[in-house]
Amino acid sequence: MVPLSAYVAVSAVLFATGLIGVLIRRNFIIVLMAVEIMLNAANINLVAFSYYLESMAGQIVALFVIAIAAGEAAVGLAIIIVVFRGRLSTNVDELNLLKW
Amino acid sequence: MFELLVILIPVLPLAAVLLNGLLGSRYSHDIAHRLGWGSVGLSFLCAVGIFVETLRTGVAREVVAYRWIFGGDLTVNLAFLVDPLTCIMMLVVTGVGFLIHLYSVGYMHGEEGFTRFFTYMNLFMVSMLLLVMGSNYLVLFIGWEGVGLCSYLLIGYYYDRVSAAKAATKAFVVNRIGDAGFLLAIFLIFVNFKTLDYTQVFAQASQLSTGMATAIALCLLIGAVGKSAQIPLYTWLPDAMEGPTPVSALIHAATMVTAGVYMIVRNHVLYDMAPVALTTVAWVGGLTALFAATIGLVQTDIKRVLAYSTVSQLGYMFLACGIGAYTAAIFHLMTHAFFKALLFLSAGSVIHALSGEQDIRNMGGLRSKIPWTHALFLVGTLAIAGIFPLAGFWSKDEIMAHAFTHGQYVLYAMAAIGAFLTAFYMFRLTYLTFYGRSRLDHHVAEHVHESPAVMIGPLVVLAVLSVIGGFPGVPPESGWFHHFLHPVTVAAGGGEEHGAGFGLVATLMVVATAIALLGWGLAHYLYSVRTEAADNLAARAPGAYRTLLNKYYVDELYDFLFVEPAKRLGVVWDWFDRTVIDGIVLGVGRLTQSGSAGSTWIEKHAIYGLINVVGYANHLAARSWRRLQSGKVHHYAAIIVAGLFILVHLILVWWSGSSGIGVASR
Repeated sequence: MVPLSAYVAVSAVLFATGLIGVLIRRNFIIVLMAVEIMLNAANINLVAFSYYLESMAGQIVALFVIAIAAGEAAVGLAIIIVVFRGRLSTNVDELNLLKW
Repeated sequence: MFELLVILIPVLPLAAVLLNGLLGSRYSHDIAHRLGWGSVGLSFLCAVGIFVETLRTGVAREVVAYRWIFGGDLTVNLAFLVDPLTCIMMLVVTGVGFLIHLYSVGYMHGEEGFTRFFTYMNLFMVSMLLLVMGSNYLVLFIGWEGVGLCSYLLIGYYYDRVSAAKAATKAFVVNRIGDAGFLLAIFLIFVNFKTLDYTQVFAQASQLSTGMATAIALCLLIGAVGKSAQIPLYTWLPDAMEGPTPVSALIHAATMVTAGVYMIVRNHVLYDMAPVALTTVAWVGGLTALFAATIGLVQTDIKRVLAYSTVSQLGYMFLACGIGAYTAAIFHLMTHAFFKALLFLSAGSVIHALSGEQDIRNMGGLRSKIPWTHALFLVGTLAIAGIFPLAGFWSKDEIMAHAFTHGQYVLYAMAAIGAFLTAFYMFRLTYLTFYGRSRLDHHVAEHVHESPAVMIGPLVVLAVLSVIGGFPGVPPESGWFHHFLHPVTVAAGGGEEHGAGFGLVATLMVVATAIALLGWGLAHYLYSVRTEAADNLAARAPGAYRTLLNKYYVDELYDFLFVEPAKRLGVVWDWFDRTVIDGIVLGVGRLTQSGSAGSTWIEKHAIYGLINVVGYANHLAARSWRRLQSGKVHHYAAIIVAGLFILVHLILVWWSGSSGIGVASR
């Protein structure tokens, strides 16, 4: 029996990994992947607590998260392609047209 | 072991489909065709194994391959029912299919899209096997639609030819009409029985009212009529000859078009409860058998003659179903698969030899040039004409004898006239193609050559089967074939009884042979002895001749009744769309336009001024704040994270710390 704290720890590590990825990486695709990692960290939490609390709600929410993550990846990649066509780059720091 | 073999039968061709379909362009044609016929050959071996096992144990078994749909009171499995009927169908489908695949290697050699051809053919095998093996109506329906799709793809194989594309569409659309009926039948069955499993449906069938049984049976009949090319939905089959010849042989003669017959026999429990539906089946079959045979008399395209003969022979099978001779129907289905595949493939061999010529008016005298093809075609002709003791004789005679001994004299007469016409037009075809003076174009004549061994080999096997294929059904009504199928065809009581005396049966056999010989004799007289007599006959009754040549104008009638009105309706809707709908849209547009002209003035002079004031005020206020808007995603992300930390801190440390709410307190 793996204790709940182990799941939470793994989830926290994953979440931190994703967060750091989002904050320090410049490549749009990597950033997107990091966001996926964060979403999955949340999923692990949801499922772990769902099991611990013996309620299906958490697992159902996790399924929703997976579906939304797929949609998010699709939209994100589509944006990357459009941006790349115009700029020949996926560096997020160069995408600053909307600043003051 | 048994389960594995059963599941392997459709899975092997499926694997070939996936390999050839997805990776086929990466390897040579040699590998592609080996995968094609190899997988079907292995399935045939599996089917033989299953057959031997079923023969030994004699019990029907259900094999669940996959739990497919389950929820509430509905359970549908991807399951296979292995009983004698399935065994016969599996052997015919994989056996004849294997021979035709082999033949295709030679026939399709060097064609554009060779790998595509084998992919489609294998996909057809998968669908057909699902159709005959499925243990519930949904699996049957998947196979049913699958074979329809493959038929469409293969008729339209030469998709750059307009006529082929049109024929493919026609076949698909006409089949769709039948499929609609079939779907209705499935819905009715589900509503009444709350299950789609054959075994459960047939077990509860006796609780059904006669009216409901008739409705289900008639809806099923609509489906069968579409797939098996019976009146009134037969028009797609002759056009389907646009596909390559092996396709015509496999799909439009030997296997797919018999799906309707299989379906009726499979559902005979329901039909037995609905005498009205059964009578309808018999009359549809009898009329089609006679009607298609008359059209076949005057057609000049070698494949079209065979196509009409297929429609006619399918009519015999329906007739047999309709008079309750289910075993005879399956028996004729099997022998027909042998000799019709043989005829089509030898016709393909003729076409191959003549570099694509299909018009029998431009053939003649080919006997000495392609002797093998001639001999094989002749065997097929003798078999279909019902000459003793070839396969066609036994099965056709059994249907006719059953009609006679059960008092259906009108149907018997129709079948007998049909048999006479069949013998006549088949020998007409043989004489015009292989005998008499050569009418070949001399360019073509120089290149006439016998087909390669890979094409002749399968033909020889089929010829042997056409000769001996009838013996499992001897003696009529009590042969080995009948005992084997007995558990299926009389599962729900009633069914077949053995009434007729030996004398009557023998007399009917003699009559049947006499009819066939008469047809042969007439063809011999008209097309071999006095060759000008046929033309004279046509000239003396030009109206009748032209009506037959134009297939009773049924295509034109359907065009007039259904296609043209549909097109006219389209024109009406187009007009409605352009004037009424577009008029409304344009009117609304104009209204908005004039309304907006007024608002534009207000906007420009009043609102813009106001907005500019607000905007400038904001601009002044935001001058310092806009530094925050660096445009760098990282900065935003960092701010979000910082906010998150603050919020979490607030919740965990201050709020939950004081009130004691938290996970740990659960």
